[in-house]
Amino acid sequence: MTRQGSALAGRIPWTLLVFLVAIWVPWLGARYDTFLGTQIAIEALFAVSLNLLLGTTGLVSFGHVAYFGVGAYACGILMKTYHLPFIVAFPAAGIAAAAFALVFGFFCVRLTKIYFAMLTLAFSQIVWAICFKWNGVTGGDQGLPEVPYPNLDWITAIPGLGNLGISDRFYLLTLALVALSLAALRKVVRSPFGRMLTTIRDNPERAAFIGINVRAYELAAFVVAGAFAGLAGALFGIFNRGVFADYVFWSKSAEVMIMTILGGMNYFWGPPVGAFALVWLNQEITSYTQYWPFVLGSILLVLLFAFPGGIVGGVVAGFRRARRFMNPRHA
Amino acid sequence: MAASFLFSQFVGGLTTAMFLFLIASGLSLVFGVMRVINFAHGTFYMIGAYLAWQAMQWFAPSPSAFWPAVLLAALGVALLGAIVERLLLRYLYGREELYQLLFTYALVLILGDAAKFTWGTGQLSVFRPLVLDGSVQLFGTTVPLYNLFVMAIGPAIAVGGWLVLGRTGAGRMVRAASYDREMLDALGANVGVIYTGMFVVSSFLAGLSGALVTPIVSIVPGMDVEIIVQAFIVVVIGGLGSFWGTFWGSVIYGQVLSFGILIFPGFSLFSVFALMAVILILRPWGLLGRPIR
Repeated sequence: MTRQGSALAGRIPWTLLVFLVAIWVPWLGARYDTFLGTQIAIEALFAVSLNLLLGTTGLVSFGHVAYFGVGAYACGILMKTYHLPFIVAFPAAGIAAAAFALVFGFFCVRLTKIYFAMLTLAFSQIVWAICFKWNGVTGGDQGLPEVPYPNLDWITAIPGLGNLGISDRFYLLTLALVALSLAALRKVVRSPFGRMLTTIRDNPERAAFIGINVRAYELAAFVVAGAFAGLAGALFGIFNRGVFADYVFWSKSAEVMIMTILGGMNYFWGPPVGAFALVWLNQEITSYTQYWPFVLGSILLVLLFAFPGGIVGGVVAGFRRARRFMNPRHA
Repeated sequence: MAASFLFSQFVGGLTTAMFLFLIASGLSLVFGVMRVINFAHGTFYMIGAYLAWQAMQWFAPSPSAFWPAVLLAALGVALLGAIVERLLLRYLYGREELYQLLFTYALVLILGDAAKFTWGTGQLSVFRPLVLDGSVQLFGTTVPLYNLFVMAIGPAIAVGGWLVLGRTGAGRMVRAASYDREMLDALGANVGVIYTGMFVVSSFLAGLSGALVTPIVSIVPGMDVEIIVQAFIVVVIGGLGSFWGTFWGSVIYGQVLSFGILIFPGFSLFSVFALMAVILILRPWGLLGRPIR
């Protein structure tokens, strides 16, 4: 892509565009498409929040699922046990996840590379152990079944939306909240703060030399990423009609990482593309065979060896090559 | 609390510790030399257990077939390790650690499903070898002979590994490779062979521990992801890459788990994770490890 081309692509409000397309799913698709759409939207938010660390800041967090889980439990507990409305529980989930990310991140950002990955993994397993064992609050290994849907009767009051079922209404709510969150994250990545994070990724020593407090920036990124993971978790708990300790197990951290890399971690829209591809593939493949992990592992191998830039990276490279082929002067 | 009760907790903790050490020693070797965190190490361990069961079926389902089956399983996993390293892993050494992590995770997914496909999802179990099928009384506690055997084999491997690494030419090469790969390469040593060798030895240890665990633990899918987290904790506590560190890390892990149950019933899992976090915060390179760049 030429410089003008990428600038143009950057000016298109992609979030709004995707939102405006996806909003028609309840009317055009089957009931099942709405279900898949909700899951894709939630996973996309989760993956983008991880990518703030992975792609933007260059921090390999292997425990991002901890904050997703904290958000899911916080929202589930507030709504089910304390009967608070969604409008309170949802932001509370983000705040709870951010608080955990602040405490854990404070220690994690002191380490680098593989040690950072190990400590984030350790903290996420601590969260898992607590969720799995603390019967009184988290339901232990039974989890928290039957988290109620938020009260969405107000949506039916909007003209034209009167005949939507509850899962369709929840889809629209999820879509709107995810779109707002993605827009916010996009703002963060493009802000001077986000540019600083990229500087730290590219060369932490130089960043420190020019007077940036590297740890403070990394911690701030960690907290923001944790907060949005928590929001995704809150939506996921409601979507799945319950919150269970499985959500917090370490292999989930690997799954969201695969999503991020599959889409392409060097692009803002990589993780959502990865989420879309993986959720859809999972759906298609599990209807043929129970050996989904085998397929996922094979995809991952191909990705690591042949397409390290992921889907979006591959498409962009393809475009560039096509452009050069059509118009050699720009090469 | 009665002394014999505390002693039985201690012995239980030590058995756990030595089993974990068998597994974690291979993980620690590969990290120490190659700086690769091998998530698939647990899966190699699981495949070792399945192969031991399979070999028992081939020979004759009798306890006397146990020892050859164990050896065959360990060799089989070593061969698998060699194939994985030669065909795939070695192309990733120059890449970021993220790619290596995800590569070993891809192996977990693929090999785990392959094992499920081959051996099914049921529980399998293996007879205890006849020689070790008894138990002894120690300070008022009954200890199965097999557990005593495991408690002996852990230190034996620790001492053996220490002697090989510290006293032989090959061990010196390995230590040199863990300090500075490029320098060793420039001096004319074949670092590629050293890496392959370490990965094979590590896989052998994983297969061996998987095969040796079969008389005590039933073989089920999912035993790999469960064990690998525990092995990580042990390696991290002791110090990534330090062989003795891994040994003492296992001992500490076993005792914390075993006595943690007494102090916070139900939360002993939490206590070992918390221990790991505290050690990572205070000494990120572990108890006996050294800081790396």
